[in-house]
Formats: sequence, C-alpha cells, structure tokens
Amino acid sequence: MGKTRVTAEPGVPFIETEREFDAPRDVLFRAFTDPELLVQWMGPRKYVMEIDRYELRDGGTWRYVHRDADGNEFGFHGVFHGTPSPDGMVQTFEFEPVPGHVALDELRFEERGGRTIVRTHSVYQSVADRDAMVESGMEGGMDEGYERLEELVDRLAPVRA
Amino acid sequence: MTAQGLDEVFGALADPTRRGILARLASGDANVGELTAPFRMSQPAISRHLKVLERAGLISRRRRATARLSHLEAEPLREAAAWLVGYREYWEESYERLDALLSTLDRREASASTSRSRPGTSAKPKRKGVPDGQDQSHR
Repeated sequence: MGKTRVTAEPGVPFIETEREFDAPRDVLFRAFTDPELLVQWMGPRKYVMEIDRYELRDGGTWRYVHRDADGNEFGFHGVFHGTPSPDGMVQTFEFEPVPGHVALDELRFEERGGRTIVRTHSVYQSVADRDAMVESGMEGGMDEGYERLEELVDRLAPVRA
Repeated sequence: MTAQGLDEVFGALADPTRRGILARLASGDANVGELTAPFRMSQPAISRHLKVLERAGLISRRRRATARLSHLEAEPLREAAAWLVGYREYWEESYERLDALLSTLDRREASASTSRSRPGTSAKPKRKGVPDGQDQSHR
C-alpha cells in the first residue's frame, strides 16, 4: 500500500491524513495552490481535472471539476478562509452531487530537512457525512460489513476501471 | 442519479448493519427473519434498516405467500460506485502523481537557480511563478 496515512476515529466527524514529500514546503504550497500545477496531480488519473475558478485569498472561492472518459462530471467547490500561505490553508469543501454537506478542510505544511509533511484535518457536519465521504480504504475503521460491500460492488460493476 | 438520490444512497450505505444486509442480499433474496439472524438486533430494528434501504432504492420488497422478501437493486449501487473512489485511494493516487510532479519542479528550480542553499525552514510566504513562464490564472 501507499504512504498516505488516513485516520478516521469512530464517533467523531473528522478525517486526518498525513503524507511526507521529498520537496521543501514552498514547492509543496505551490503545487497545492497553482492551478496550472494542481490539475497535473489532483485526483485519480482516470479523471481530467478542470479548474473553473481559484481565487487564492481570504474569502476567495474555488471550483473544479473531475471529468471521466464517459464525460461524467463531478464538481467540487468551496471558499478559502484566511490567507493561504506555506504555513497552511483553511477552506470549505463541498461535493456538488451531495449539496449542503460541507466539510471544513485545514492543510498544514511542515518542513523538516528539505522534506515536507502535509497534514490535512477535515471536519464534517456529522459522522454519517464523514463516513459517506470515506467509504473505503480507511485505516482502522474498516469493518467486515464494508469489506463485504466492496466485494459486492466489485461483483456488480466488474468492468469498472 | 439525482443529487438527492445519491444523498439517500450514501446515507443508507453509511451504516454497517445496512451494508451487511446488502452483502447478504447479494447472494439471494431473503425475508426479515433471515436478514435478522446474523445481527444482534431485533427484527423491528432490521425492518427499520430495510425501510431506509428501500427508500434509497437499494432494495425492493415483494410478498411471496406469507413472507415478505427483500431483493437487492443493483443499479443505485452501481451508480454510486461509478463516482465513488475510496478516500485513501483518491489521495494516495493523487499524492503519487504529486511526487512525480515535485521531482520535475525540483529539477527545474535547481537548474533555474544554480546556488540553491536552503538555510533552515523558510517561513516566508514566498510565492513564485510557475517555471517556464506559464501564467498563473488565479486572481
């Protein structure tokens, strides 16, 4: 498995992730905030990412779309809170097919010896919201029911890329 | 699927008991007694879960003789799965792409500024343009 640590404790509507990168944090900050760079890495390869707007300032809004090979589009949007900086940034996050379920995401960039640890902390409106967002691959939170559901979905959609 | 439909599907899937019920129904229709058996839960509690699943379109129910059988409806699950990428999978795949991008950025930066000593951690919010003169489209 990969190197991203995802923590989702039972009973609280948070998700935390941690990942180390081999680059200084101002480079990381740029990769997270420059639309030209963001579209080159954000999201799985099977989606093409298009950024509608990205107003990198306190109160600025952002919106991007992931488009798959069949032309299906999945939009996301939110608002920046506070001025994004290499220390970190805070923004809201809403997945457009499920409007009204808004998460608050905080990103922190911590540099150590030329490497950078990126930490995210997401707060959802409820544990159910959080769980719907996580759904799979959770460390520690994976229960048998979900493993069985994964098998089920695989069986139902065997040709899914 | 409508946004509200997706919302109901994911609300329904957010519960481990309901996921267990769906997994059981994948191997065939069942009545409420059969569905209750694997869980430490009362039949009325399972019935309430079945109502949620039915409202989300994930199951249908029909009567056969005196039994009321639940049947898995595959389509909403398939549609939900179509956009559902595991959270961790999403980020790991993204971050692997970011690793690759960072290595090219580092190389380009290193060649752009020959002396690239970095004294400690620079907390200065230094925003630079993209290498190769690409313009920054954010405002």
